[in-house]
Amino acid sequence: MKKVKNPQELETLRKTILQEKYSEKPCIIISEKSTCCYLSGSREVVEAFEEGLKNFDLQNQIDIKTTGCLGFCEIEPIVIIEPKGIVYQKVKREDTLEIITETILNDIIVERLLYVEPVSGNKCKTEESMPFYKKQSRFILGNNRFINPLEINDYIAINGYKALANVLYKIKPEDVIDEIKKSGLRGRGGGGFPTGKKWEYARAAKGDPKYVICNADEGDPGAYMDRSLLEGNPHSVIEGMIIGAYAIGSHEGFVYVRNEYPLAVNHLQNAIKQAEEYGFLGKNIIGSGFDFTIKISRGGGAFVCGESTALMASLEGKPGEPRAKYIHTVEKGLWNKPTNLNNVETWANVPLIINRGADWYSKIGTDKSKGTKIFSLVGKINNTGLVEVPMGIKLNEIIYDIGGGIPDGKKFKAVQTGGPSGGCIPESLINLPVDYEKLTLAGSMMGSGGMIVMDEETCMVDVAKYFVNFLKEESCGKCVPCREGLERMGEILTDITEGKSNDEDLELLEELGEVIKDTALCALGGTAPNPVLSTIKYFRDEYKAHIEDKRCPAGVCKALIEYSIDLNKCTGCGLCLKQCPQDAITGEKKKAYNIDPMKCIKCGACYDVCKFDAIIKK
Amino acid sequence: MRKQGELLPKDFRLLDAIIKKYEGKKEFLICILQDIQNVFEYLPRQALIHVSEKLEIPLIQVYGVATFFKAFSLTPKGGHTCTICLGTACHVRGAEKVLDKVKRSLDIEVGETTKDMQFTLKTVNCLGACALGPMMVVDDDYHGHMSQNKVDEILKKYSSRF
Repeated sequence: MKKVKNPQELETLRKTILQEKYSEKPCIIISEKSTCCYLSGSREVVEAFEEGLKNFDLQNQIDIKTTGCLGFCEIEPIVIIEPKGIVYQKVKREDTLEIITETILNDIIVERLLYVEPVSGNKCKTEESMPFYKKQSRFILGNNRFINPLEINDYIAINGYKALANVLYKIKPEDVIDEIKKSGLRGRGGGGFPTGKKWEYARAAKGDPKYVICNADEGDPGAYMDRSLLEGNPHSVIEGMIIGAYAIGSHEGFVYVRNEYPLAVNHLQNAIKQAEEYGFLGKNIIGSGFDFTIKISRGGGAFVCGESTALMASLEGKPGEPRAKYIHTVEKGLWNKPTNLNNVETWANVPLIINRGADWYSKIGTDKSKGTKIFSLVGKINNTGLVEVPMGIKLNEIIYDIGGGIPDGKKFKAVQTGGPSGGCIPESLINLPVDYEKLTLAGSMMGSGGMIVMDEETCMVDVAKYFVNFLKEESCGKCVPCREGLERMGEILTDITEGKSNDEDLELLEELGEVIKDTALCALGGTAPNPVLSTIKYFRDEYKAHIEDKRCPAGVCKALIEYSIDLNKCTGCGLCLKQCPQDAITGEKKKAYNIDPMKCIKCGACYDVCKFDAIIKK
Repeated sequence: MRKQGELLPKDFRLLDAIIKKYEGKKEFLICILQDIQNVFEYLPRQALIHVSEKLEIPLIQVYGVATFFKAFSLTPKGGHTCTICLGTACHVRGAEKVLDKVKRSLDIEVGETTKDMQFTLKTVNCLGACALGPMMVVDDDYHGHMSQNKVDEILKKYSSRF
């Protein structure tokens, strides 16, 4: 590849790419190159299409484009037939022939592969007609659709690296910082610190060299937007980092990425190499005289390393223990040098702001939270996936309009945001506008954007116990409140779920929570009690049921439930009997069965397998 | 047959090659250990000592890093590694039940290896494949939408024991 030496050459290159690759040819877009797509069998579908087109001698007339995550993970692998934009869901190898013969050759829609909207039962032909996409503003994620993440040319074709060329030639570093400040962009990793301000501090800090870090240690369970961005559009993150480095005056950058994301690492490595070949990274970037390199560092699987000081310790090859931030990392960070760290999604917002202007960007969102935010909508929800919405959108719009509500006609109970540092928001607050301030006021937080939806079968005490145990495991052990406090909270919660608690325990939990909040060293410890405190605040009755009545209303806490068989509903089909690992179920075929409570280990295998709702959980 | 944990001369040559790849730089300790773990499936004691000497880092510090991060194991792994995702999305969809079933089937606790060295059981905080939860991974094969009733059928593919 020839190095691009100035903005004019970049523009010429873009035009050549468009002419060569993007004619008006029909195109099959397949969401393939992302972890969840692969798991859904996307590779097979791509191969089947390639083979199929060859069989019809169509390989030169029709393009196949493989992209990263298209957001709607529930219905993957997704196939879009351009130019009409017909969307087919959950496509399998066997379906490809019919798509070719019907849709591609004869312009007939294959009805059975269309997505059916769960609320109205309507069939949707295109993305625009799907409620899932309608209410979103996909400025960041939307680009995935046009890009094969392994092809830098695809990114250049949609004006990729244009913002960089513009910045390097036309905008002074101070003015870049001003633009970002004006845009109102805030850290998308959870802290919500104004990005422009951070850059300003980093630029003003004394010390050389200065470092730029991309935090891709996406540790919050239930959040995977950073993975999808790195897998689906790695160049947008790289471009953002280079612009940031130019603004701050840094020449060395790192991406700290989770070890559990092998595909993201792979795509990122490939993207860095291609960017170097075109001269977007390395020495004398686009002929401007500015130098910048990016190295990848894989994390070691420790949640606390998402915290900036812990991450930097880990980058230095040490255990990832955080330090107190009397001196900010923008002054003394990696190897005690000024360091600017931002999250993947924050970096991906930067080229967008430069390209479309701070004025445009700051019109999206609320007073203090600007732009869009990507949330991963998961758990007990019909339309699982990544959704990108303007800040300030109401929670119920996300859950019902975009998410399509709760599956199996169950009742919505709460939504957990902010990962283990966040809290649970109950149904009474369903009209809450989602932005940094409002979520914090509700006792939760934005976090990196995980939204785990819970229904009536989720026990809130169990959820609180889950998060405390999670954080107890992940506590680095450096400070006492976090290390010992979480251990004690875990014990008390376990007692509650096992029916061994009394009224005082609830007060003790609250007191302990407040103490940990006030005294822990880093943000992990300081926010650790949030899941407990927020569930006590909103679901006190459920705690009381466990403590006073020794009852788990959601039927989750094993020690407090018992399985039995509804004699009127049981048909004696024998399915449960086969599944029971303890031989606790007895009876004659075609007659109602019986569970021996002495033998039952409450594994729930019978409950899961019964087709007649005949297993009672009480 | 080599004794468990004993390294051969060729293993040391391999270690040196890994260290050289990172130019023997101290700050790449974690990457070096990751590469060693990829080769041996765990971190043999002798390898840690060797790394400590070559990088001139006190052994206690190398040990500190090796025990701090979840990705590392100081004990040998079984032939297959079975990993259950315990991310929040998987948890609310019943991952705990799947884990309990795997524990019963393999008759081991999390972090342990079966006596016949066939399986090691691990958990992970989130694989980021939440739409497909609950998730179970055996070696590099991902199995989505898991339920306890599917566990034995999947384990069967990897061992004649089931």
